[in-house]
Amino acid sequence: MSHFEQELADLKDTLLRMASLAKDVVNKSVKALIERDDELARAVKEEDNAIDELEILVDEKSVLLLSKAPLANDLRLITVALKTSHDLERVGDEATTIARRAIELGKEPQLKDYIDIPRMTNMAMEMLDDALDAFVTADVNKAKAIVPRDKEVDALNKQMQRELAGYMVEDPKNITRCLHLMTISKSLERVADHAKNIAEEVVFLYEGRDIRHAANLGTDQQS
Amino acid sequence: MTDPSRAPERFRSRGFDAASFFFSGVTGIATAIILGILAIILLNITWHGWDGISLRFIVSGTDQDMFDVNKAGVLPMIVGTSARVILMTIFVIPVGVITAIHLTEYANPVSIHTRIIRGAVNNLAGVPSIVFGLFGLGFFIGFVGGEMDALFYPDSDEPVWGKPAILWASMTLAVMTLPVVIVATEESLKAIAPGLREASLALGATKLQTVAKVVLPQALPGILTGGILSISRAAGEVAPILFTGAAYYMSGYPTRPTDQFMDLGYHVFILSTQSPNIEQTRPILYATVLVLLLLTFTLNIVAVLVRAKMRRGMRQSH
Amino acid sequence: MSEPQATTPMTRPTVQNRETETDADADADAVAPLIEVEGLSLHYGDAQALKNISVSIREKVVTAFIGPSGCGKSTLLRCFNRMNDLIDNVRIEGRVAIGGEDIHGPDVDPIELRKQVGMVFQRSNPFPKSIHENIAYALRLHGMRDKDALDQAIETSLKQAALWDEVKDRLHTSALGLSGGQQQRLCIARAIAIKPSILLMDEPASALDPIATARIEDLALELKNDFTIVIVTHNMQQAARISDDTAFFYLGELIEFNATSRIFTNPSHKQTEDYVTGRFG
Repeated sequence: MSHFEQELADLKDTLLRMASLAKDVVNKSVKALIERDDELARAVKEEDNAIDELEILVDEKSVLLLSKAPLANDLRLITVALKTSHDLERVGDEATTIARRAIELGKEPQLKDYIDIPRMTNMAMEMLDDALDAFVTADVNKAKAIVPRDKEVDALNKQMQRELAGYMVEDPKNITRCLHLMTISKSLERVADHAKNIAEEVVFLYEGRDIRHAANLGTDQQS
Repeated sequence: MTDPSRAPERFRSRGFDAASFFFSGVTGIATAIILGILAIILLNITWHGWDGISLRFIVSGTDQDMFDVNKAGVLPMIVGTSARVILMTIFVIPVGVITAIHLTEYANPVSIHTRIIRGAVNNLAGVPSIVFGLFGLGFFIGFVGGEMDALFYPDSDEPVWGKPAILWASMTLAVMTLPVVIVATEESLKAIAPGLREASLALGATKLQTVAKVVLPQALPGILTGGILSISRAAGEVAPILFTGAAYYMSGYPTRPTDQFMDLGYHVFILSTQSPNIEQTRPILYATVLVLLLLTFTLNIVAVLVRAKMRRGMRQSH
Repeated sequence: MSEPQATTPMTRPTVQNRETETDADADADAVAPLIEVEGLSLHYGDAQALKNISVSIREKVVTAFIGPSGCGKSTLLRCFNRMNDLIDNVRIEGRVAIGGEDIHGPDVDPIELRKQVGMVFQRSNPFPKSIHENIAYALRLHGMRDKDALDQAIETSLKQAALWDEVKDRLHTSALGLSGGQQQRLCIARAIAIKPSILLMDEPASALDPIATARIEDLALELKNDFTIVIVTHNMQQAARISDDTAFFYLGELIEFNATSRIFTNPSHKQTEDYVTGRFG
């Protein structure tokens, strides 16, 4: 393996490390919410710092590699790395948001059983898992299949927002807790978005085709 | 501020290099020997010939008393030698250069045709001078001259062209020094970067234009070198002119191509072998040789200066 | 938010695949080809240097030929001005047409061809004459004699070659006194002075330092407004920087020919990708 190929492999590795941390941090934050574990929630913030540092590292390595003027798939790998690191960093941030809200929610009694939130978390985590899997194994079809699943998470989020709005109208004492839960639901929806972005990047990396925004450009006109 | 006496160990010399020393010594000795021989010859000639040199000696003609120290003069020989050398140059340079151009620029290097020409040039270089003399006699004087006489002067008893003449002597010398000019020209043509020819051709020049306007101008110094070498050789040669035009004695100077001429080298031969009193003649002999050497040197130096000026001119502008 | 998003320019523009002959080729993006090569094969004695090459070079764009050493790109370049004629033992099959005319036709004079298809070489080769004379030589070949016309034409070509300002005060000094980059620009000026329609460049910057190289590249981009340029280069990034179309050759065959943006961001053939990313061998 040439020196340059080694550096590219190193970049990929760093990204995957970042991804594993991101998954971990989302799972931890939701767990902290469900188990009302403040310690766990605080730990999430620490781990997010590690993710942020990795983003800086990936960006630095990418810029350095770009200065060596790579072409074709090497070039695409680096642009994908830059964007994916950004997506993963944002995932970490969403987990921090969830953790902060979890701490706040821990101060009041639980509003209702958490059913949809774990469901959304699972869906989003599966999407993220599959995207990273496709990245490692170059499975373009797997990546493409992730894109439509985002809509399901979006639907779940909308449902949650409606439900929580209902609770807020019912009883003003619910408002604070509902607002926190709405934020958490939105965060999870965003995590799924980021997973979809990563899937689109993977398709670009291995096929050289840009499949982004196809839904907005014609077929699906739902907002 | 470093103290040289404390130079680091690693740069110390590993010992005496006997081979280099020995080789330098050998080359030095060889150079000294060659210079020594040259010096001995020149000094010997100058020593013995200096007394014989005088203004009168150089600028006056001679009459039958060529063996008399007080009456001898070498002007006719100087004129004769110079004239035949110049005439030779007029013949040899064009033919030699064109042949070299053909061999280098046009001919296919691996064809039989080229190899025959090359072989002929090489063999020509090895032919003894006297054979050239006989060739000149038989071919130029006998055949060419004879045919010309038959054509132009059919009724004359006396041969006009078919006899020894400065024209035939010069042409014989030209044939003799042809290999020198061809090789020198070829070498200078080969030394020109092929990129220049490519550049010219890529601009839409024909091969002839390329050779005439790009290649030849750059090869001129080399051609001149060939000329210098051929002059140096021919000035001193006697055997080729022995039968083809050199005269024992002439009262005048060669004015027509059919005239004979007196020659410095030939005169030395005459002085050595025909003199009634060798002791008396010796000074004249040495003086004549000295004049020949000086003439050759002068011709060479002039040519070298011209070539140097040409090279300087090429470096700056054109 | 139910309006479809307007088609905004994407960050990765889609480009035509010039390998497929579609109707798309007939639209504004496609320009009539100037050099058409059909089934060209070339042999040096027994060795085959070009194998059945077919390619169309567009007019007034920069086309790059890339490929490893010995792949035939320089050989193909030299077919366009019939410089291969000067080599013994060369056999050509197939057709090369410039402006529709077969350049190996019986009526074609290679001398006239070379006046319309100029060439710049890897090692700059100015004549050991003055700067003025270098260009005047080319112009005189074309029949220009008038001193004023020559001076004017020389100034124009030196300006086009971005060399005028540097040499205008020493036109009559030797061209050999110029730096490597300046000499190469002089060779370019000399070639374009006779106004060819095509300019062939065989690795023109490979012997130059980066600054001189950058100037030659800029020059190529300027010149393509007036000339069709075909450039052979070992430098991938150079081809990516200055060419519009790129052809990749390997072992005498044309492997891929497409818009430069395609070749260097997403080539179709694995061989091309391997070469472009340096994974060859």
